[in-house]
Amino acid sequence: MAPAEAVEEAVPHVRQHPLRATLRRLFRHRLFVMGLCLFGIIVLAGVLAPWITDVDPTKLSMRNKFRPPSSDFVFGTDNFGRSLWSRVIWGAQLSMIIGGSVVALNAVFGTLIGAAAGYFPRIDNALMRFNDALMAFPAILLAIGITAVLGPSTANAILALAIVYIPRTARIVRASVIVLREMEYVQAAIAAGAGHWRILRHHILPNAMAPLIVQLSFLFAYAVLSEATLSFLGLGAVPPTPTWGNIMAEGRQYMTDSPWIITIPGVALMITVLGLNLLGDGLRDVLDPRLRIQQ
Amino acid sequence: MSDLLVAAGLTKHFAIKSGSFLRRATTPLRAVDGVNFSIRAGETLGLVGESGCGKSTLGRLLIRLIEPTAGSIHFAGQEITGLDARALRSVRAGMQIIFQDPYGALNPRMTVEDIVMEPLLIHGARPDAAARAKVADMLRLVGLPARAAERFPHEFSGGQRQRVGIARALVLKPKLVVCDEPVSALDVSVQAQIVNLLQDLQSELGLTLLFIAHDLSVVKHISDRVAVMYLGKIVEISDKRTIYRAPLHPYTQALIAAVPALNPALRGRGKRQRLAGDIPSALNPPSGCRFHTRCPHAIALCRSEAPALRGSADGHSVACHLPATRAI
Repeated sequence: MAPAEAVEEAVPHVRQHPLRATLRRLFRHRLFVMGLCLFGIIVLAGVLAPWITDVDPTKLSMRNKFRPPSSDFVFGTDNFGRSLWSRVIWGAQLSMIIGGSVVALNAVFGTLIGAAAGYFPRIDNALMRFNDALMAFPAILLAIGITAVLGPSTANAILALAIVYIPRTARIVRASVIVLREMEYVQAAIAAGAGHWRILRHHILPNAMAPLIVQLSFLFAYAVLSEATLSFLGLGAVPPTPTWGNIMAEGRQYMTDSPWIITIPGVALMITVLGLNLLGDGLRDVLDPRLRIQQ
Repeated sequence: MSDLLVAAGLTKHFAIKSGSFLRRATTPLRAVDGVNFSIRAGETLGLVGESGCGKSTLGRLLIRLIEPTAGSIHFAGQEITGLDARALRSVRAGMQIIFQDPYGALNPRMTVEDIVMEPLLIHGARPDAAARAKVADMLRLVGLPARAAERFPHEFSGGQRQRVGIARALVLKPKLVVCDEPVSALDVSVQAQIVNLLQDLQSELGLTLLFIAHDLSVVKHISDRVAVMYLGKIVEISDKRTIYRAPLHPYTQALIAAVPALNPALRGRGKRQRLAGDIPSALNPPSGCRFHTRCPHAIALCRSEAPALRGSADGHSVACHLPATRAI
């Protein structure tokens, strides 16, 4: 075949794996790096909690109540003299566990439901109308309703937040799947005799990952924020287990005299959400640039 | 020559939803409407027509990427409409497709080797050295270097991607390949390379090609026979020489007259026929002959009765009332 030589020249010699190229673009994105650092601080605090705190976060010490931040108590103490440093760090761990669990449940069930609805038109209508019904409730109201029925606990908060957010994730996956289903490489796979499972696993889901990852990074922020709201209202983890929400709820009464009690977990929450949003923006810019134009 | 594929009464109506939420109505879009034709083993059949005339739909119907509404398809002596999933899979190995868009036709997350190997894996091969060797052979056959195997589609130009698409289609050694406008999206210089490659591969592997295009000069170059489609129907089918020299259907005449003549001496020779208006909607096709709204020779009969595709002894078939009633 005559043109083979000409073609040979044109194939690039330098290999570049798409994943490596994506990572390099991510680390050139300043806001992404900033978000990663902010979120990284919180994750690190949560992971290292047993080593960077020495005082039991539930240990009462009435002698030391309402101590402002000082060299003895880095973040001060609360109305029972408990170390806020310990409480906020352990609270970070709980927030990360809850946020991570909600994200993991969404990644699994949101993908399953979204892919099923997008790929099989026959069940699309039934699944999506149920989805719409769940999405019609304001997120936090539905979460409050579910935890109110199930009773307050960490596991129930995770379950409630997963139920609230899975329909949203499923919608995003479904939208990508509907677009990808019509791609010509999917048609080629059908023409070659590929079954549904192979098409979904090799051709549709890998290409639907970008918008899903972006969504999940924002979802982590919503989940942490919603969990704080639930435990602020007394519907999250049961006191004395420290969570940012219940520390703030207790600190609210002493806001004027001991403002650090409510401020410090508030700042921690803000850092988490800000970090995750910057991270998500960066991921969106790099993985799925089309979304930036739409929003 | 024997027929590799015979389509009879092949029809595809897409249901188009219209109307408000409460008064839902569905109108059939007659993309392909009662098409009869055959493809002979080893030939290249060109399929031409305007955008939206149903030629792509027809190509996909033949290899069962789309389910026909009615009609039958005999492929290599076997009726392939209504086959169950398992029987269909083995038939699929014998019929493959090459797409128009070299960007959308390759999965961006798979390497070229994975893309070309996938059909083999689907048909029971193991991803071992033998399969890799087969893929390497195929890549060499389509003119790609061995190191292309480990690369991703985004690293290639349009023409190179099209070669990958051809390798994927041919790796199963199919009998029939539907080429759905394989060169329309490419630069003219690359078009020639791809067309030549297809011709070389055809003689080397004994392929039968259905070559769909709207570019008459490309079709003239590659085809043995040519079928002309208008609004979901084949209006004329014949061997290349006859159809380009003496087209019988007024639509074919207009198409061929619209090809610019390169030779200045021939320019202006023969009356240029201009077609008035656009192709009518397949949602509401004209009565009788579908071409009568734009046909310069239309008579009353054309409005009321649809002409059948009638053939003469030399294999030249045309769907028009006029050749019978009047010499053109």
